[in-house]
Amino acid sequence: MCGIVGLFLKTDTYRSELGRHTAAMLHEMRGRGPDSAGFAVYDEGIEGQTRLTLLAEGRDFSSADWKPLAASLEDVLSAEVSVRSILDHAVFETKGDGRAARQWLIDNHPSIDVLSHGRQIELYKSVGDPDLVAERYDLATRSGTHAIAHTRMATESAVTTNGSHPFVTGADTCLVHNGSLSNHNQLRKRLEQRGESFQTENDSEVAAGYLSWRLREGDSIDEALHAALADLDGFYTFAIGVESGFAILRDPIACKPAVVAETDDWVAMSSEYGAIATLPDVQHATVFEPEPSVIYSWSLAA
Amino acid sequence: MSESIFDLADVTVRELNQTLHANESGTFRVLNPRGAHAVAAGINSDVEVHIEGSVGYYCAGMHQRGTVRVHGNASTGLAENIMSGTVHITGSATMSAGATGHGGLLVIEGNAGSRCGISMKGVDIVVGGNVGHMSAFMGQAGNLVVLGDAGADLGDSLYEADIYVRGAVESLGSDCVEKELRPEDLETISRLLSAAGLAAEPTDFTRYGSARELYNFNVDDINAELAEGQS
Repeated sequence: MCGIVGLFLKTDTYRSELGRHTAAMLHEMRGRGPDSAGFAVYDEGIEGQTRLTLLAEGRDFSSADWKPLAASLEDVLSAEVSVRSILDHAVFETKGDGRAARQWLIDNHPSIDVLSHGRQIELYKSVGDPDLVAERYDLATRSGTHAIAHTRMATESAVTTNGSHPFVTGADTCLVHNGSLSNHNQLRKRLEQRGESFQTENDSEVAAGYLSWRLREGDSIDEALHAALADLDGFYTFAIGVESGFAILRDPIACKPAVVAETDDWVAMSSEYGAIATLPDVQHATVFEPEPSVIYSWSLAA
Repeated sequence: MSESIFDLADVTVRELNQTLHANESGTFRVLNPRGAHAVAAGINSDVEVHIEGSVGYYCAGMHQRGTVRVHGNASTGLAENIMSGTVHITGSATMSAGATGHGGLLVIEGNAGSRCGISMKGVDIVVGGNVGHMSAFMGQAGNLVVLGDAGADLGDSLYEADIYVRGAVESLGSDCVEKELRPEDLETISRLLSAAGLAAEPTDFTRYGSARELYNFNVDDINAELAEGQS
């Protein structure tokens, strides 16, 4: 089943409350995905600076524990790396090359998962009750511009933290998925030949990798999603976060649910209206069901 | 007549539904549904239920006899398997509204999503706005009246339901064809619009129905089948 939510704040009215509203939405989706959860939060970031969210599953490292890894990465990047740890996750910040950092970590430290990289994004995920996951990684106190979150009922791969959503494979590009893809193995091979690297056997990670590849090739998010309609086979409702932007896509059959609500201040999407009903001023929102094969996107960029 | 109020901020859907099932009549007002699922499902009496706000899945599912009015939107499976009575919403519904309905009247003042009236078996559905793709898929009996447009593959694999659309149809599904609008069709449209409280000119509608070419049994093949059985 799985539950997905996305909240994109068009104005700064609710930006200090982004985490609180996202946590409330996630809470409503527990029933659709009780086995694991994850969330990505975007803020405006710092120009020229990359953040990497890392996971050492089940090992609660202190910042000091992460230091040797950060020091090795500093040598590779020839740039300083700062460390902030939160339980088994850590956020590394650097002015060095984020994509190179991700690749080096994947190649040299297979016991560490690189959950996200980019200027704006931080990403947390874990197995367990979605409310506990939100609480453990402090979702409610976070501020920012947009957030994507997921509650998982695993079907295509095991119940593990790194099988949980969201998935990030490209800078600031994050995807959550309700559904299942049938051609992900073939597509994963094609994408690996084109330089994408994957950390799981999960079908949804392949969809994230596909978008990262298209965006890296110069597509806009709308162009990348248009191409995805032709290349991805299966059932899907996607909520997608990109740098300063948010998008939604459903497959042509559209049997996986989705509902969208929009006000002057925010756009929200979820698998069920119950998640949206928690949002401020919802009684004045325009509520609609996104149509199959139609790309919906919003951007803060001028 | 007095009215009972159920505030779903305070009571559970189960308590509400058990009360609705225990009463043969009466008027009930439901507050703060906030997208809850299965609100007013399984009614089989003459109760009248007003829901103030938007509901989740399967609202008024398996409905019989009474009236459910939703002042808001509804999600998947609104009035699925409705047998009789009336379900009326002022907003829009998402997927599979009125699915497999055997009878009664479903009115959606806004739009209906994909597969509206899928496998309908006698229900009458009136939609004030548009319907999504594959509406009336495998419909067997009943009427689907659409004041707006219809999405792709309307009436795919239709058996015998009648579909009336005032606006544009993106495409017709397999074995669904345009048919002549007969005097009895104008009467049906007129009657359903009036029951739904919606205004439109019956002659503005186009009728669609089954070409009956997907019915697999062909009497000319009977000897072939017998011959095969003997060999």
